[in-house]
Amino acid sequence: MSGFMNPYDPNIRLTAGCACGRHSTQAEHDAGAGGDQLESGSAELQARVVESAVMRALFPHDDMRRRFLRAVGAGTAMSAISTFFPLGAAKEAFAQTGKLEKQSLKIGFIPITCATPIIMSLPMGFYARQGLNVDVVKTAGWAVVRDKTLNKEYDAAHMRSPMPLAITLGAGSNPIPYTVPAIENINGQAITLAVKHKDKRDPKQWKGFKFAVPFDYSMHNYLLRYYLAEHGIDPDKDVQIRSVPPPEMVANLRADNIDGFLAPDPVNQRAVFDGVGFIHLLTKEMWDGHPCCAFAASKEFVTSAPNTYRALLRAIVDATAFAAKPENRKQIAEAIAPANFLNQPVTVVEQVLTGTYADGLGNILKVPNRIDFDPFPWHSFAVWIMTQMKRWGQVKGDIDYAKVAREVFLATDAAKIMKEAGMKAPATSSKKFSVMGKEFDPSKPDAYIAGFAIKRS
Amino acid sequence: MPRSGRLASALLSILMFALFLAVWHGATLPSGGTQAADSEYAKMVGSAAASGQKTAMPSPKDVAVKLWEHAKDPFYVRGTNDQGIGIQISYSIGRVMLGFGLAALVAIPLGFLIGMSPLLYRAFDPFIQILKPISPLAWMPLALYTIKDSVTSSIFVIFICSLWPMLINTAFGVSAVRREWLNVARTLEVTPMRKAFRVILPAAAPTIMTGMRISVGIAWLVIIAAEMLVGGTGIGYFVWNEWNNLSISNILCAILLIGLVGMVLDQILARLARAVTYPE
Repeated sequence: MSGFMNPYDPNIRLTAGCACGRHSTQAEHDAGAGGDQLESGSAELQARVVESAVMRALFPHDDMRRRFLRAVGAGTAMSAISTFFPLGAAKEAFAQTGKLEKQSLKIGFIPITCATPIIMSLPMGFYARQGLNVDVVKTAGWAVVRDKTLNKEYDAAHMRSPMPLAITLGAGSNPIPYTVPAIENINGQAITLAVKHKDKRDPKQWKGFKFAVPFDYSMHNYLLRYYLAEHGIDPDKDVQIRSVPPPEMVANLRADNIDGFLAPDPVNQRAVFDGVGFIHLLTKEMWDGHPCCAFAASKEFVTSAPNTYRALLRAIVDATAFAAKPENRKQIAEAIAPANFLNQPVTVVEQVLTGTYADGLGNILKVPNRIDFDPFPWHSFAVWIMTQMKRWGQVKGDIDYAKVAREVFLATDAAKIMKEAGMKAPATSSKKFSVMGKEFDPSKPDAYIAGFAIKRS
Repeated sequence: MPRSGRLASALLSILMFALFLAVWHGATLPSGGTQAADSEYAKMVGSAAASGQKTAMPSPKDVAVKLWEHAKDPFYVRGTNDQGIGIQISYSIGRVMLGFGLAALVAIPLGFLIGMSPLLYRAFDPFIQILKPISPLAWMPLALYTIKDSVTSSIFVIFICSLWPMLINTAFGVSAVRREWLNVARTLEVTPMRKAFRVILPAAAPTIMTGMRISVGIAWLVIIAAEMLVGGTGIGYFVWNEWNNLSISNILCAILLIGLVGMVLDQILARLARAVTYPE
């Protein structure tokens, strides 16, 4: 993501980068000086970002771009491209940020790999590149993240994607309009069981188990309930599900307080690392591409500081795009593992991000998309989450699914910025998907709920 | 105590500590893995898991090494979420001092009033009795919700937990001043202010100091829990952060440090209490 190098320079590569991403090579980064650097936040820099995005879109393979430029020369290339692509207009649209209302921001996060884009943006310079001075603050639990965000101690935060919906609907707190400008990660969760249960791989044998999930309003809770219910286990009657902060899960599993958990990584991999548990199932096997955590901000922040919000969103979308490339994952693992961020052994984070991992039973598995990154907040995700909230009695009464989804999951903004960053954004904001082989049609949420045998509503 | 007795007790302490270390060392000796997994798998998991076991408690040596690491560089700052143990403990001490100081400012004058008037004593009593046994951490969600600032909230929690012992002890000390002394003051027609400062305060000072000593002990217990809950900075956050990393060695270092600081705080107030006691 070296969007800062002159894209018309055939001698540089647009794809590779150093640790901070601002230099074309690591050596250059170490020297502290780029050959052709522009000051962060300047108008030329913004223009260059757009040019780079266009060039990247035109020449997905960097070799080709370089050969093309060498053959025709930068000037010819520039005029050739501007004849069929309105570069000027694109630059203007992207530069339409105006002055940042607020430069110093605080963003709260929970130390799990879901927070990857939020965390990595600091050490790898994605925030700085948007002219933002961001401090990421590690927080002890979801309730504290919620309260500190509602208090405005945090300008934005890492949340479970259902949380902003719950806050907006007023479940578990007073209703306050909240928004999800971007989803952080998809997949990346797993069901981990204590090693002593390694022969009980059939959920039907799980009656009487005690499970932990990170939060009541989390994908983990809904996915675990869904999984159990599909296997005929009533999640409220046959097993116990408690809400336990992720960092405490491995300790509880070790102490035999719980039999297993559906948790975000690196918790699952950490249980394997310490010989306490084994990975029973990756959630991607239930629903490939499910959302997990979200980057959330209050509606007030979005409307009162629109330029800052857009800059922040651009940073997150850029980081997400960078993280989506498997070749960058190792480098990210090294950047986010230290004590300041996840505070985990690098190998644990690396196994989670690269998807080549030890399963706790002596096997090494290779699942490259064990965790993946896609910022687009699909409205249909929001609708699915709300159907589950209703299914398990967390919200009562009728919900205007489409309206809430539209208001909370800001798909239009994300799509716009993804396009600006040179990513492919979906044309619609709703899609059908299936969870454990059962099709979900976002236009018929009530029929979907009615279709379940085990439910509380 | 005679010198030989003091020497004997010191020797006994050292012996107990040595025994404790020996038992600990013995209990954490590696028990020899049974099955060795293939090397590629072993590289991906911890050393204990590679031989089919759970990661064990750290040995005394591991903890000593960690302690030395912390002692060498207690004041580093490597970002908002990673600061030296010395900085973290200073944050905690600062919060305790602030909360405790505010509580003393409220509790001692109020206790004085309550102690001097039996009417007020009885009127306040039911509230104090109900509020006293509430775990200070139960106030945390309420504080976060109303104060809307996590740092102020943790100081508030310290304030509320140090308030009661000081208030009760002050009231008790003031009300228990010997009648004869007050009568003497009355015969000498001493002004109320003079009576309060020259007769009651010195008489009640030892009880008040005891209340303060209890309070600071409780405050130090509570700050750790409060910081674990709210996070950010402080030794409680340090413990939580290392728990997150399942680093028992680091947690043990923090426990040791917490004990030491608690002891120092207690000793300071014990000295002060001794300074104000008087022989009857």
